[in-house]
Amino acid sequence: MTGLRYLKNVATLKLDQSACIGCGGCLEVCPHQVFALEGKKARIDDRDACMECGACAKNCPVSVITVDAGVGCASGMINAWLQEHNVRGMKGGSCC
Amino acid sequence: MKITQIKKIKRSLKKPHSDPPERCCCVSNEVDTAPCCGPRMVATGGEITDKVPGFISWMDFSTGKVPHISASLTIADHFGACMARWGFNRMRHIVPPGLYAIGAPGLDAPVCVTANYKMSYDTVRSALSGRNVWLLVLETFGVNVWCAAGKGTFGTNELVRRIAKTELHTVVNHRQLLLPILGAPGISAHEVAKRTGFSVCYAAIRADDLPRFIDNGMITTTDMRKVSFTTYERLVLLPVEIMLAVKSIALISTAVFLAALLADGYTAALMMVLAYLGAVLTGIVLVPLLLPWIPGRSFAVKGALAGVGWCTLLYYCAHGSSWSLPTTAASFLALPALCAFHALNFTGCTTFTSRSGVKKEMRVGIPIMGSAVIIGIMLLIMGRFL
Repeated sequence: MTGLRYLKNVATLKLDQSACIGCGGCLEVCPHQVFALEGKKARIDDRDACMECGACAKNCPVSVITVDAGVGCASGMINAWLQEHNVRGMKGGSCC
Repeated sequence: MKITQIKKIKRSLKKPHSDPPERCCCVSNEVDTAPCCGPRMVATGGEITDKVPGFISWMDFSTGKVPHISASLTIADHFGACMARWGFNRMRHIVPPGLYAIGAPGLDAPVCVTANYKMSYDTVRSALSGRNVWLLVLETFGVNVWCAAGKGTFGTNELVRRIAKTELHTVVNHRQLLLPILGAPGISAHEVAKRTGFSVCYAAIRADDLPRFIDNGMITTTDMRKVSFTTYERLVLLPVEIMLAVKSIALISTAVFLAALLADGYTAALMMVLAYLGAVLTGIVLVPLLLPWIPGRSFAVKGALAGVGWCTLLYYCAHGSSWSLPTTAASFLALPALCAFHALNFTGCTTFTSRSGVKKEMRVGIPIMGSAVIIGIMLLIMGRFL
C-alpha cells in the first residue's frame, strides 16, 4: 500500500523464528507483506506495516506467531470501555 | 471422502464453538452477538429457496438441490447495494448460507467461499461471470468477509459446519477451497484441512481477481495479495459513516443551537452550529478522502490539522477579525479537537491501522481532545463576562 503507513513501533507482532517450520503460510495470508522467507525460516520484514489482523497467527500450524489481534475502532473501544464500566445507555452501542 | 472423515466432521460439529471469542473492530466479544459493522440485531440468512438473488433453476443431486444462480446483477441488486451503503435496510441485505452454482459447475469445478452479506455474494458472483464455479456461502449474519473474519463468524467452525451441511464432498471430487485472503483472520487453514480433508487456498484479496487467479493455474500473484485503500474505496465507506453519526450530530447541534440562541441570539447560534457541523464533517468526510495527503501518521493529528484548516477557513469567511479573543481561542481549540475525534474514529474502517496504534492514539489523544473542548466551552462562557 503506497502512501498510507500507520504509527511506528506499536505493532505487537512477534515471531519465534527458532520454532518456525518455514511453511510460508504467514506470507500467504498477510495483506501487507510483513513477512519474508529467509532460507527455511520466516522473518518479520516490516513490522510497522502490521495491522494486527491476526491472520498469520491463526494460520501458523506451529503457533510461533503471536499478535494482539483486532481491528482498531475508536468508538468501539470507547463503547467497550463504557460497557465494561456499566455506564448506562451504552448497551448495544455500535461503533461503525 | 472417507466415512471416518465424515464421522469426524459430524463429531466436531457437536462441540461448542472452540474458536476463541474474537474481536470485530468493535465491541462484541461473543461469536453470535450482533456485529458492529452489520445489523444491530442478529440476522440470519435463513434457508435457500427459489427466491435467492439471481435464482435461475434448481440443480438436483442425490443429497439435495442446489440453486443455479445468475452471475449478472440486476438494477435491483445495484439499488439494494446503494441503499445498504447508506445504511438503509442493511438487516435485510443478506442471503441464505449454503452452496450455489454459477454457470454449469461439475465435479472438478472450483469452490469459492464467501460471506452471506449480499454485497459480498453479489461481488463474487458477478466477478465469476462466464465461469463454472461452486459458491459456498457461510453464515456470517449479513456481515462482509473482512469484518466477519475479525469477529470469528467467517471462521473455522462455520466453514467446517457448512462443508458438512452441504455435503460438499459428494458434490466435487477435489478437496480444495478458494478463500478470500481477508477471510484469513477467522480461518485456520490447517485446522480446516485436519477436520474436513479440504485444503484452504487463500486466492486473492479482491473478488475481481478470482478469474485471473483461476486462469493463472490457481496461483496468487503478488498484486493479488496486496490490500489497497484507494480514494474510491474510502469514498464508498463514507455514507454509512455519516448515517451512523447523524443521531449524535443532530443532538449536539440542537444543544449547541439552543445554548447559543439563549446566550447570544439567532445569528450566533447559526454560526456555532455551522462551525460544529463543519468540524464534524471535515473529520468524517474530508480527512478520509484526503488521507494520504494530510501530513502525519496519526489519525488524530491528521484530524486536528484538517480541523485547524476548517477553523482558519471559517475565520476568514466569517469575519474572524471581529471575533473576541476568547471566541477565537475557543474555536481554534474545540473545532480541531472535534475534527480529530471523528478522524480517529475512521481507523475502524481502514485496511492498515492496528489496534495497538489506535489504543496509543486514544490514550494520548482523547484526554487532549476532551480538555480542548472543555477549555473551549469555558472560554466562550468566560468571554461573555469580560
